[in-house]
Amino acid sequence: MSPILKIILSRLAMGFLTLLIVSVLIFSAIELLPGDIATETLGQSATEETVAAFKERFNLNEPMHLRYLYWLQDAIHGDFGVSLSNQRPIAELIASRAENTFFLAGYAALIAVPVALVLGMLAALYRNTAFDKGVSGATLAAISFPEFFVAYILVLIFSVALGWFPSLSSVDAGIGLGERLYRTFLPALTLTLIVVAHMMRMTRAAIINLLALPYVEMAHLKGMRRWRVIAVHALPNALAPIINVVALNLAYLVVGVVLVEVVFVYPGLGQLLVDSVSNRDVPIVQAACLIFAATYILLNMAADILSIIANPRLLHPR
Amino acid sequence: MTDATDLLLDIRHLTIEGKSGGQWHPIVKGVDLTLRRGEILGLIGESGAGKSTLGLAAMGYTKSGCRIAGGRIRFDGQDLVGASARTLRGLRGKRIAYVAQSAAAAFNPAYRLIRQYCEAPVRHGVMSRAEAERDAVQLYREMQLPSPDEIGFRYPHQVSGGQLQRAMTAMAMACRPDLIIFDEPTTALDVTTQIEVLAAIRKVVREHHTAAIYITHDLAVVAQMADRIKVLLKGDEVEEAETRRMLSDPREDYTKSLWAVRDFRRSPPQPVPEAAPMLELAGIDASYGAAKVLDGINLSVNRGETVAVVGESGSGKSTAARVIMGLLQPDRGEVRLDGIALPATSRRRPKDLQRRVQMIHQMADTALNPKHRIREVLGRPLEFFLGLRRDARERRIRELLSMIELDPDRFIDRLPAELSGGQKQRVCIARALAAEPEFIICDEVTSALDQIVAEGILRLLDRLQREMGLTYLFITHDLATVRSIADTVVVMQKGRIVEQGPKDAMFQPPHHPYTELLLSSVPEMDPDWLDRVLEERRAAC
Amino acid sequence: MSLVLTRFREAPLSAWIGIALVLLIGLAAIFAPLLAPFPETEVVGPQYSPWAAPYYLGTDALGRDVLSRMIYGARNTVGIALLTTVLAFLLGAAFGLLAATLGGWVDTVASRVVDVLMAVPSLIFALLVLTITGTSVVALILVIAVLDSTRVYRLSRAVAQGILTMDYVEVARMRGEGLFWIIRREVLPNAAAPLIAEFGLRFCFVFLFISALSFLGLGLQPPIADWGSMVRESAKLISFADFSTWQTATFGLAPLLPAGAIAILTVAVNLIVDWVLHLASGLEE
Repeated sequence: MSPILKIILSRLAMGFLTLLIVSVLIFSAIELLPGDIATETLGQSATEETVAAFKERFNLNEPMHLRYLYWLQDAIHGDFGVSLSNQRPIAELIASRAENTFFLAGYAALIAVPVALVLGMLAALYRNTAFDKGVSGATLAAISFPEFFVAYILVLIFSVALGWFPSLSSVDAGIGLGERLYRTFLPALTLTLIVVAHMMRMTRAAIINLLALPYVEMAHLKGMRRWRVIAVHALPNALAPIINVVALNLAYLVVGVVLVEVVFVYPGLGQLLVDSVSNRDVPIVQAACLIFAATYILLNMAADILSIIANPRLLHPR
Repeated sequence: MTDATDLLLDIRHLTIEGKSGGQWHPIVKGVDLTLRRGEILGLIGESGAGKSTLGLAAMGYTKSGCRIAGGRIRFDGQDLVGASARTLRGLRGKRIAYVAQSAAAAFNPAYRLIRQYCEAPVRHGVMSRAEAERDAVQLYREMQLPSPDEIGFRYPHQVSGGQLQRAMTAMAMACRPDLIIFDEPTTALDVTTQIEVLAAIRKVVREHHTAAIYITHDLAVVAQMADRIKVLLKGDEVEEAETRRMLSDPREDYTKSLWAVRDFRRSPPQPVPEAAPMLELAGIDASYGAAKVLDGINLSVNRGETVAVVGESGSGKSTAARVIMGLLQPDRGEVRLDGIALPATSRRRPKDLQRRVQMIHQMADTALNPKHRIREVLGRPLEFFLGLRRDARERRIRELLSMIELDPDRFIDRLPAELSGGQKQRVCIARALAAEPEFIICDEVTSALDQIVAEGILRLLDRLQREMGLTYLFITHDLATVRSIADTVVVMQKGRIVEQGPKDAMFQPPHHPYTELLLSSVPEMDPDWLDRVLEERRAAC
Repeated sequence: MSLVLTRFREAPLSAWIGIALVLLIGLAAIFAPLLAPFPETEVVGPQYSPWAAPYYLGTDALGRDVLSRMIYGARNTVGIALLTTVLAFLLGAAFGLLAATLGGWVDTVASRVVDVLMAVPSLIFALLVLTITGTSVVALILVIAVLDSTRVYRLSRAVAQGILTMDYVEVARMRGEGLFWIIRREVLPNAAAPLIAEFGLRFCFVFLFISALSFLGLGLQPPIADWGSMVRESAKLISFADFSTWQTATFGLAPLLPAGAIAILTVAVNLIVDWVLHLASGLEE
């Protein structure tokens, strides 16, 4: 087997192992809950028969490791059980909300990634100019601001003062794509601003590191044009660090969504998660955490594997 | 003077400044330089002489953070100072080419060698891609690269250092430039590889009648390559002359001192009649993971003598030092001090054993904690090994500083950052001496230093040995150092000892074939040396 | 010591702004009872008073004085964030330095545990744990400290490993120095600058994290005055901002006051961190 395939397979295995361990952690949350889940759910007045029926239904009489396996098996098939607070199937509650959340994250990513990469490269190329310093200052501010501060400033400007966009992003299945994009513009812009700052700073640093390398200087000394040096000599080697930067920030985006959803009262997974934490509706919290964690782990794993493939030393072994 | 049409490069009163700490400081201070077509000029100087900066300026290029502050650079009648980026681009790679010190870093890891070769000729419109590829193979052959037809289709990391350096010279030749700047092209190579690269570079440059500026700190190398030599010191020209005259009759004191460095020979110590050796390695095997680095090493060192262990990179000479110090546990065999086997790891050795054997590292920079003042650096071993405190310790620190020829009042409170390279190495020596050892391992202690500074360190070590009756194990790749200081020589190759014996016998034939190769590959100051060695090797084949 | 003073004198304007702001907020936090015109949790006037004496920043939905709550908020939020950061730091740095110095199975076990903790985003992890423990201040501090110590662990381990490969550590080992001597005398002095900078960054992160949880209603609980909770309590008012008069405009700005205070403190700390990092890189040269 070629060494690169070996490394990729081992990263895949590591990723899924991590996912498995995290799923155990998430599952054990319900075990650690103080008190008995049956009485907690059914209330103190429940008869013994109803408690026994409840326990039977949720396999609560089985040993813990078996219950974990049942839970995992169901979760893989999209069945997360029922909500403790209103007895509705969680899969149903989650499906449209997860879709909304990924829509918002994807919307922000589509704007943020190209903008951040271009700004980062420009700042690296024109480093120590007024442009670079201006961008650096702005990004420092954006990194330091809490998400909700950025969000409320945007609301104040674009919604309250100018009246261009709605301050609450209510969407439902019935609305068209254009209307959806319009209504979710402010949350997407908030996420974009925050993520662009991080991504741009990291891109700038990665490119500056690269421009100081001897082979980039060599390309200048061979009389190559500036753009050719960047595009042909620097960029292919910048792929690995840039892939990592993008993945890290996409993963961050998936999390940042939680706060932004609450600010804009957007019907997403994050909003549901926060409400469920307040209600201590453990099965929903577990389901939402599992989805967020899996996304995060898979994104990081994908970045890891892509940057291995981008490394010529591994791609063309001795 | 020179014929006007024959003049290729004409630099007048060139001043280049570099920015540090927010201020501009001169790196090159008003230097003149002329070069005729087909001529090779050697630029020589120690670190900080400004020779690389001057070499790059010949291409109208300065590193970032540097600027040309005055003077004129004229290449084939064209002014390069203030020339447009477009003009400079047209010259670079096409009429003036550059060969960097580290070929491994100067080749782009993402592309095959031949693609990087073709870039300049195709982009400058000199030839088509197909022509360039054919031409590349031709030049690879001229550079005596193995399998020239296919080596270009490898990636840089798939090719060895010496071959990469030759491939880079071929790449520089691609557009048949008028001038090539060679910036220390063989400094990072082992001597046996260096000689091949030198021969190949000289051949191709002469055959194509290409002018060159050859930058190096090694006099013997420049003697083989250059028609003329210019000596630089801290950005100023010291002197310039035709090579043979410069070698036989240097005018300036600085040049004379550079030339004299290689003549240092210590006076051999009085032979001490002693039955048992002081330190012995008996049947040592050692490995890093699965890779075996030492294979059956047997070595003995007598009290009061200096044993030099010579070998190229990968020979295992530094690993042997680590085994002696107990930093690496050997797979087999033992280390004996005065006939008693030492525990394999330093942690299990009693304090007194650790005190008796000390080691001095190659890089004084990393061997001194940047946050410790000299008082602390020298005070700690005094306190740790000898239990000296307060006044007694202070007195001894001052004695040690005097021994290494540093003024105690000026130096005792300094941090390593406030010392020069040579001073740092002296402090490392004093730290080893503080333990009052009997045996000191010197691991390449002079190889990071300029020659004049290095010679000072060798003289100091020699004096200390005579005064204190020390025993040295000297690990080095530099045969000049061996000649200067060794009593006994041990030659290592690929983890084995290939030959050992008294110095005088080792430098006289007959030799083991590897020793022969090693000895004959060390450049000599004689300008005819390279021709002679190549001739001898051809005859031997 | 004189060196430190010189460094301070040469500090750039941005660092001075950072230091001044941090001092200002620090003093407000320490002397909160002396500075605040009204008590922290008491209803002292009508609801939603405009910005006018004696309620310089108005009153909130219950009629509590906003200025007083801002000042007490500094004390509560910054105090808890600081405590959490110190805890995270002690935990992370101790394990990081030990793992790097000891190596072997200690390093392997500690690093794998950290890998798993870091494989899940902190916010998600914190929400999961807070579901179980409920939202008490102690739980909040412990959860965030443990989660945050993973980053400190990574950094201090990496920094220490870099230092441990240096020849001067090898010299100390060959001399036979003990483990703690090596950590204390060889590693710590060289790790100080990056660790101090990291402390600043970690503080910002913890502070934003606690504020975010409070904003979500899962952090510090009412009636404690806390900037994150204050944003949450007044969030809806922003829609009623009306720029026709000064009074109506200030009314709508209510959520921006605590949110802005959070932003200012993090920016200030970041400015100081940038300066420390710059100093550290300058010292290397």
